[in-house]
Amino acid sequence: MKIQWTSVMVDDQERALQFYTEKLGFTKKVDIPLGEHRWLSVVSPQDPDGVELLLEPKGHPAAAPFTEALVADGIPFTQFAVDDVHAEYERLNGLGVTFTQQPLEMGPVTSAVLDDTVGNLISIVHQAQTPAE
Amino acid sequence: MFKALADPTRRTILDELVDRDEQTLFEICSRLINKHGLSSSRQAVSQHLEILESAGLVRTRREGRYKFHRIDTTPLDAIVTRWPPRSDSETGIEPAPDPTGNDR
Repeated sequence: MKIQWTSVMVDDQERALQFYTEKLGFTKKVDIPLGEHRWLSVVSPQDPDGVELLLEPKGHPAAAPFTEALVADGIPFTQFAVDDVHAEYERLNGLGVTFTQQPLEMGPVTSAVLDDTVGNLISIVHQAQTPAE
Repeated sequence: MFKALADPTRRTILDELVDRDEQTLFEICSRLINKHGLSSSRQAVSQHLEILESAGLVRTRREGRYKFHRIDTTPLDAIVTRWPPRSDSETGIEPAPDPTGNDR
């Protein structure tokens, strides 16, 4: 068994696709119409055959209250790895991306938190050393 | 206000808000856990923030979907108004050994 897909619940699939590709720099992997929505995923260009991120519509009535409560408290439910948090912060800031937490170094971990504009906060993280296996 | 300041975790929260203004609850919790090794739950931190807010030492601001916290030192003015600092020449008392004393 392996982890091949993970999801973010988004307010709007098309706007999500724009943000995740044009701002974050992911590439579209799968886009299949499925009822009123799409089976829509992106991957990192650094790992095109790796884990796919599904941009899932918030179809369930509990989805919006859940994500809104997380956002209100500044909680990023999803994390992406980057090589240099400060450099990514500068790059994304330049593209007009809103951050709710500027880069913060805490021991070996540096992180920042951004707003994906479709209802989620995302943490970008760099770990100076991988934890012991 | 004195009750709000009496708790070491609440003083640490204020220290961290001095380090960076405008923090989400998530960032405050992250700092307490990772920088100070405190194991307070999110719920507990939230309650500390409510006490600090009711004492006027923390202000919150909603921006769009999120809520930011900042320190407001205005209530502390009452301390120096009531007990104004006096120079050593006036008091003739030796200065305290470490005026910045780490009180945590």
